[in-house]
Amino acid sequence: MTAPLLKVDQLSKRFGGFIALDNIDLAVAEGERVGLIGPNGSGKSTLVNCICGTLHNDTGSVSFAGDSIDGLIAHERTRRGLARSFQLPRPFMSMTVAENIRVPLLYTVAARAGHHVSTAETKSRCMELLKLVALDHKAGKNPRDLTQVEMRKLELARAMAAEPKLLIADEAMAGLSHSEVEDIVALLIRLNERGITIILIEHIMRAVMNFSQRLVVLVSGKKIADGKPDDVIKDKDVIGAYLGQ
Amino acid sequence: MRTPLFIFWQFVVAAALFGLFRYIGNDYVFFAGYTVLEFIVLATAWNILGGYCGYVNFGSAGFFALGAYSTIFLYTVGQQADDIFPESMAQVTGLIFPLPLPVLIVFGGMVAGLVGLGMGYLTLRLRGVFFAIGTLALAVVLQTFIVNWSFVGGSRGAYVIPPNEIAVLGPYIQYLFLLMLLLVVVALTTARLIERSRLGYGFATIRDDELAAEACGVPTLRLKLIATVLSGALMGMAGAPFPFYIGYVEPGSAFDLSYAVNSIAMPMIGGTTMWAGPMIGAILLGTLQQLATVTISSAANLLIVGLLLIGFVIVAPNGIVGLWQKWIGSRWKS
Amino acid sequence: MDFNLLINAIIAGLMLGAFYAAVTAGISISFGMLDIVNIAHPAFILLGSYIAYIVNVELGVDPIIVSILVLPAFYLLGGAVYQIYYLSFEKYGQESLRGLAFFFGLLFVTEVCLLLIFGVDYRSVTAIYMGPSLRFWQLEFPLRLLVPALASVAMFLGLQVYLSRTFIGRAVMAVSQDPMALRLMAVDPTRIKRIAFGMSIATASMAGAFLIIIQPVIPSVGRDYIGRIFAICVLGGLGSLPGTLIAALLLGVIESITSVFYGPSWSPAVSFGLLLLTLAVRPSGLLGR
Repeated sequence: MTAPLLKVDQLSKRFGGFIALDNIDLAVAEGERVGLIGPNGSGKSTLVNCICGTLHNDTGSVSFAGDSIDGLIAHERTRRGLARSFQLPRPFMSMTVAENIRVPLLYTVAARAGHHVSTAETKSRCMELLKLVALDHKAGKNPRDLTQVEMRKLELARAMAAEPKLLIADEAMAGLSHSEVEDIVALLIRLNERGITIILIEHIMRAVMNFSQRLVVLVSGKKIADGKPDDVIKDKDVIGAYLGQ
Repeated sequence: MRTPLFIFWQFVVAAALFGLFRYIGNDYVFFAGYTVLEFIVLATAWNILGGYCGYVNFGSAGFFALGAYSTIFLYTVGQQADDIFPESMAQVTGLIFPLPLPVLIVFGGMVAGLVGLGMGYLTLRLRGVFFAIGTLALAVVLQTFIVNWSFVGGSRGAYVIPPNEIAVLGPYIQYLFLLMLLLVVVALTTARLIERSRLGYGFATIRDDELAAEACGVPTLRLKLIATVLSGALMGMAGAPFPFYIGYVEPGSAFDLSYAVNSIAMPMIGGTTMWAGPMIGAILLGTLQQLATVTISSAANLLIVGLLLIGFVIVAPNGIVGLWQKWIGSRWKS
Repeated sequence: MDFNLLINAIIAGLMLGAFYAAVTAGISISFGMLDIVNIAHPAFILLGSYIAYIVNVELGVDPIIVSILVLPAFYLLGGAVYQIYYLSFEKYGQESLRGLAFFFGLLFVTEVCLLLIFGVDYRSVTAIYMGPSLRFWQLEFPLRLLVPALASVAMFLGLQVYLSRTFIGRAVMAVSQDPMALRLMAVDPTRIKRIAFGMSIATASMAGAFLIIIQPVIPSVGRDYIGRIFAICVLGGLGSLPGTLIAALLLGVIESITSVFYGPSWSPAVSFGLLLLTLAVRPSGLLGR
């Protein structure tokens, strides 16, 4: 049995007296498609922040591709192949859409390659990614001119630009129409077929069920279910805490 | 425009300016012009950290004074070489001292850059606000040390006696002016190079959203340190010739708050997003202040600077460059 | 070591520290709770000092009374400044660079205006408690320090009570932590912030009166206090009023001892050095959240 790509061990995080995450264990195998669901405030984004290094976990450890990444700062984890999109899109407002995509290309991909990537190649990879999310016609626009939906796509594209081994998509589909949700799910599945492991955090159950090979449920900072999607949604605790409402 | 061409054109403009001033023949234009050039360097240096990265430095005076006092230190060492060094080294010290001004400038830059590095390392991992307050703290702590350090004159101040004349050019001030012109070229070229490079993108992401920048793989701390060192070093280099310009330096004048205000006001009024902004702000405000000091009073001219800063920050946050860009209705970034 | 000297230095330091707490109270609110870096706070304090000076010299009114009388004016001034700040910067999320520059400009302009009006001569006030001291055994309590110190503590306690007991006060403490919750309670966070900022500037009025009782002032005195204020704020922990008081007393004592035993020329370095040290070692402060 091969080692998991991402291994989270007994991870805990508290804010003052509030326990946001309580001894979370999580293992994600390479190539897996994992869905992470749970009510608002259950700690999903906190978990993502701890995994990616934006927040420091109090106890527990995280390892990626076999190595512990506990001491690494966020950008180092991104360079190792861990990328995430933010729940509330955070585009760089002083740049165009295309330039936003260029940043991870310049700083993660080029750094990993160890050599200078030519401007032409960066530009073409940029346009490729924008085409993937259907934003190529807005390449020269400022993020301020994008709709909410387009900003979410930009957020996702920017995370993909870092050419990650593991991509964590944090509620990337909120506010999208039915067909747009299907498009994004299809896109993510295509990425997964290319070898990218994906953790999808979502509230849109239809998308989660279509996408996930495994479902993890977080409630009040605790993991209450972890298994096949069809089994998990039938779980009494899950229905009581989240689905049954 | 490629960088070598840019440098070439700067030299052309600089030479023309120098030639014009020589033609005018009045030493005063060199003295006044030196001040404006000094401001261009300070404003451009400030903008590398402030405008590009979004980290406000209130302690420009501290870095400037570090340059000035490194010069005073080395000058005093040179003056007292016979007392400080053993007899056997007399020949060597006779050759080294007095150190030529370009060497002093480089040394001043290195000292200021190193201090910037140290301070950055302490404060840059915190929020931008704490960095800003830290810079203020640094300036005061430095000033207190200098005030209590009698070797460089302490609160009594130090005298530096420049030669009256210099070979080829004539009046010494013209030599100082030339060196400052060179520093302007260095500063502007550095700023423009940064803008067009990967570093410039990195700086911009730090300014826009540091958290997202980290998530994109940008090593924010390292870049901020680079910006702080570059900015501090340039300010130190601007300060290094100051003792020779003014002849008598005491902590009050070297650490004067007007350096802090001007180095913030000039880029913010001129425009923080590109290399030309601080230069425009420096030329405008610099000349305005020269006029005001002569016609009204030096306190009044600082009042004008302060009011303009507040006004522009509220009404035209992208400065004069921003206003012009809006007026043209086009974008500069390709 | 001369114990008498040390004890009196500590006592003076404690009284000075209490005064520093009053000076910092405003920033504790604006920076600690509202996240507004009002680096111009010392300028408002100086404004308070000079107003107290004018009324004291012209009409002979006690400076502390003057400061209480002008409290409403300062409160309104604070509200106006916040409104400008909010409309120009906070609304657009530009407060880091532009906001700082704005307040820095304000600090500077205020200082220069005071300079142009009052000049560089030191100004001081006269009041019945300016001269004498209380003496117990070997301990000396100059009234010129003691009265402002006690008044500072009173103001500080009043502030603490207001913030923890009244609705508006608690809203102020909540606004930095959870503006959304406030909105859900039908309270406008902007209005609360305006009130809070007004309060912070109102404290400057009283702090200014205390200042000019303790020492003669010139406009540039404000700059010495920037370091003290932020050192205390950071050391005490942002947003914690009790922390501010403790840190202020600590700073007062350290400064006093340094001044007595090593000379006053090192004083400015004490507060700023302490600030740098705190930022480097424990940025959340002693009691910070």
